[in-house]
Amino acid sequence: MTVATTFGKPILRREDSRFLKGQGIFVSDIEVPGTAEAAILRSSRAHALIKNLDVSEALASPGVVAIVTARDLTDTGIYRPYHKSPPAFADLLNPLEKGHDVPLLAGDRVRRVGEPIAVVVAEDRYLAEDAARLVGIDYEPLEPVLDPEAGLRPGAPVIHDELGDNVQSRVRMSTGDPEKAIADADNSAAFRFTIRRQIGSPLGTRAVLARYETGEGLTVWSATQMQHLARKVIGGILGLAEDRIRVICPDMGGSFGGGVYYEDILIPYVARRIGRPVRWVEDRAENLVNARHARDQIHDVEVGFDNQGRILALRDRILVDMGIANFYGLVVPYNTISHLPSQYRIENYEAEATCVITNKTPNAPARGAGRVTAAFVIERVLERIARHLQIDPADVRRVNLIPSDAMPYNTGVPYRDGNPSVYDSGDFPAQFEMALQAIRYEDFRIRQERLRAEGRYVGIGIAAHVEGTGFGPPESAIVRVDGAGQVTILSGSNNHGQSHETTLAQVCADALGVDIRTISLQDGDTALIGQGGGTFASRTAVTGSMAVSGAARKLRRKAIKIAARRFGVDARRLTIADGAIRDGSGSRVTTLAEVARIAGKEPGGQPSDCPRSSGVEASLEAMDLFASPTVTWASGTHVVILEVDRDTGHVRLERYVIVHDAGNIINPAVVEGQIVGGVVHGIGNALSEEAIYDGAGNLITNSFVDYRLPRARDIPPIEVHHQEFPSLLNDLGIKGCGEGGTVGAPAAIVNAVEDALHPLDLRITELPLQPEKLLRYIHEAEGAARISRPTGQLKR
Amino acid sequence: MNSSVEVRLLVNGEWKTVLIEPRRLLADVLRECLGIRSVHLGCEEGVCGACTVLVDGAPATSCLLLAVQVEDRSITTLEGLDGNPTMAELQIAFHKNFALQCGFCTPGMLVNLFSLLDDREGLSPLSEEEVRVRLDGNLCRCTGYQSIVAAAVQAAHANSGRVDP
Repeated sequence: MTVATTFGKPILRREDSRFLKGQGIFVSDIEVPGTAEAAILRSSRAHALIKNLDVSEALASPGVVAIVTARDLTDTGIYRPYHKSPPAFADLLNPLEKGHDVPLLAGDRVRRVGEPIAVVVAEDRYLAEDAARLVGIDYEPLEPVLDPEAGLRPGAPVIHDELGDNVQSRVRMSTGDPEKAIADADNSAAFRFTIRRQIGSPLGTRAVLARYETGEGLTVWSATQMQHLARKVIGGILGLAEDRIRVICPDMGGSFGGGVYYEDILIPYVARRIGRPVRWVEDRAENLVNARHARDQIHDVEVGFDNQGRILALRDRILVDMGIANFYGLVVPYNTISHLPSQYRIENYEAEATCVITNKTPNAPARGAGRVTAAFVIERVLERIARHLQIDPADVRRVNLIPSDAMPYNTGVPYRDGNPSVYDSGDFPAQFEMALQAIRYEDFRIRQERLRAEGRYVGIGIAAHVEGTGFGPPESAIVRVDGAGQVTILSGSNNHGQSHETTLAQVCADALGVDIRTISLQDGDTALIGQGGGTFASRTAVTGSMAVSGAARKLRRKAIKIAARRFGVDARRLTIADGAIRDGSGSRVTTLAEVARIAGKEPGGQPSDCPRSSGVEASLEAMDLFASPTVTWASGTHVVILEVDRDTGHVRLERYVIVHDAGNIINPAVVEGQIVGGVVHGIGNALSEEAIYDGAGNLITNSFVDYRLPRARDIPPIEVHHQEFPSLLNDLGIKGCGEGGTVGAPAAIVNAVEDALHPLDLRITELPLQPEKLLRYIHEAEGAARISRPTGQLKR
Repeated sequence: MNSSVEVRLLVNGEWKTVLIEPRRLLADVLRECLGIRSVHLGCEEGVCGACTVLVDGAPATSCLLLAVQVEDRSITTLEGLDGNPTMAELQIAFHKNFALQCGFCTPGMLVNLFSLLDDREGLSPLSEEEVRVRLDGNLCRCTGYQSIVAAAVQAAHANSGRVDP
């Protein structure tokens, strides 16, 4: 019989039914009897000494259970969350990486608005917030550092004394001879680009619930992407063995940036201290001021290019506004460096990134970490070259794209695991032409001429992206079959919207030879499996699938071995499909369910079947771990058509095309969902999302009214076309797809805006481009135009 | 703040009386006093729409209402629409169009779109633009909306077919 495969099919999502009925269970829905609710009192100053902290009035407030401040934290370990670069990378590039302690609760000094000062626990959240308002704090203001250039100036206030200055880390990478190549080039130019701060902003805020009991130890429910890492960090600081801690991530309302946060440690600490379960549910203002701040880089770029527009050399000096702590080391800045060459051949390239501590929220990875800024910078540079040489932006890209016969292509830039960055498979020129054809680029140029003559500002923008995917620690999976033939996958990954209950089941169904309807997935819980990586960096389709596939194949071999022995058949002649084990003639020998009963010696099995005597472990279960040898490279080409309203600065997106290569695709509908969602995230990053601090260091965009996410009306039709160049780094040929949509979108949109406003000769150097900012550009350009052309008539 | 009041609400067709402080938000009362889990709080400022419920049949963000403001009125949540044929069409269309990922915004989306479809029964087909305008008060960070809009249009179509064969 033929084996039905599910790989590559748009299988409907198996997780939907609970969400469609409103029965998803998020941390805020977990019911643990006796739970008290916490509110966190946070700093209202960017930089200040705390001269006095008085909780006496708050403690007397109705319903208050406890108030914990820095003075109480005498029995915890130190929070030193610094991510050091792996030795293979550090040996190559010898980066500067300095560490400092991070107080879980601010003691005598606050360093940013939003920094936790006290945890106020009460019978319910209203009462906790009432009490928090009664805590008296005497601040003595210190001068804040609110931009990285100010932080580097001599005499700038030093935010962490133990660092000596405000430089936390620095890394420099060079390949070829950029200095000479720029000097020798036909043309050279220098630019400054600024990508401002943006916030991950999942719809579900973070939440933590913790229960400590002497017998069972500590149980933590948290909206985190990495349950096993959270367990390790919590255990290290609270002095608990990992086996005494269970971290559970139930349903999560998205995430878009990983990590273990202060509250993941503080709430368990408080629960243990007061002997009661404690829950904290973040509100939106807290989320916006605390979680997943990202981007915020300044790039000073120098480029040398020939008269065809070919980039001969590029140098970039990057300043990263790190906020008060760098929890992820060089992950984001070095992602920027390693992804900046993108799909283009740049043989002489040098980049240096400096992470500067400022009195803001820590800068962290969020969807498209480091790559959004990389794509923005390289695509801006290409656009500038096109304008300078007066050639079509598409043609400038054509001469720079890495040709297909150069694949696999080593960029010459080490990846952050110390391996070379080798684009393992793909065809960038074909992808590029596919995207231009899909949007009918040449037709648009004709239409654009006509519309420009009518005074309309329509433009087209192109951007490419690459993305190293499948990064990080090994992922794990256990697959088992019970006596009723039901298959369970236990995964070390963490599903928060990525459809793993569907895609990992598809992988398992094929590898094991069962109907997908018999499979269920559990993940996001340290009790399920001893080791796990979690879901971040577009990795689970690669790492999670490979672990599931490996475990399922082991299980299949084991089932065949048991069946062969029990039924006296040659194992080499046995196949499994649809849960049935058949011999070479196609007749059914047994079923997986029966083999599970035999293996487990359940009723139906017999003593002589004891699988141990055959050298096979008891129970029909198998485990596997997978770590990708290095990243596998996904890519995409984005093209967008839009119109700018010159009077309001509003940008109306008309049509968006993306051609994407995610290797072999498990489920095209799921991949399309990831890409379209990613593009829309990028649309927000391009046109409306900016975390803005005032001169005193207050985040003034601390609500969704001011931090504006894209809405349904902002979104044009988005067409996704797939290329499928299998990954060379895993047997399933899969590449990740979670972030690529976001990576290229801002670059494509800004290119299109500039193209639309070509008659005004604008030079956009920053992101995002809200209407008011775009109007400023327009007015400045018009001012300049009026001076040179008194009639005000602008012609191309 | 400690003086509690009795408030009577018709929640999903059943009269409920809760003893609450007047400052309690409707969303909190639904979740915490009445155990209704489909009401999700995403922003607590009326922007994201995850807490959308029907008050006397009209969509409202329950994070911007005090429970005392809706005394004696009818509150319908996603749970109360379970089994309704229009809602069933929407749920099926969401499933078939991959119109949800993390699922957090989904109940608010469904309730708001239900009221759009319900109001239009028998009228001309629903356009994508009408759906997009209606969704101005519902944020989704995962899907990019495209699949949600497609699902709503498809459900409206199925719904009109069902109502007016």
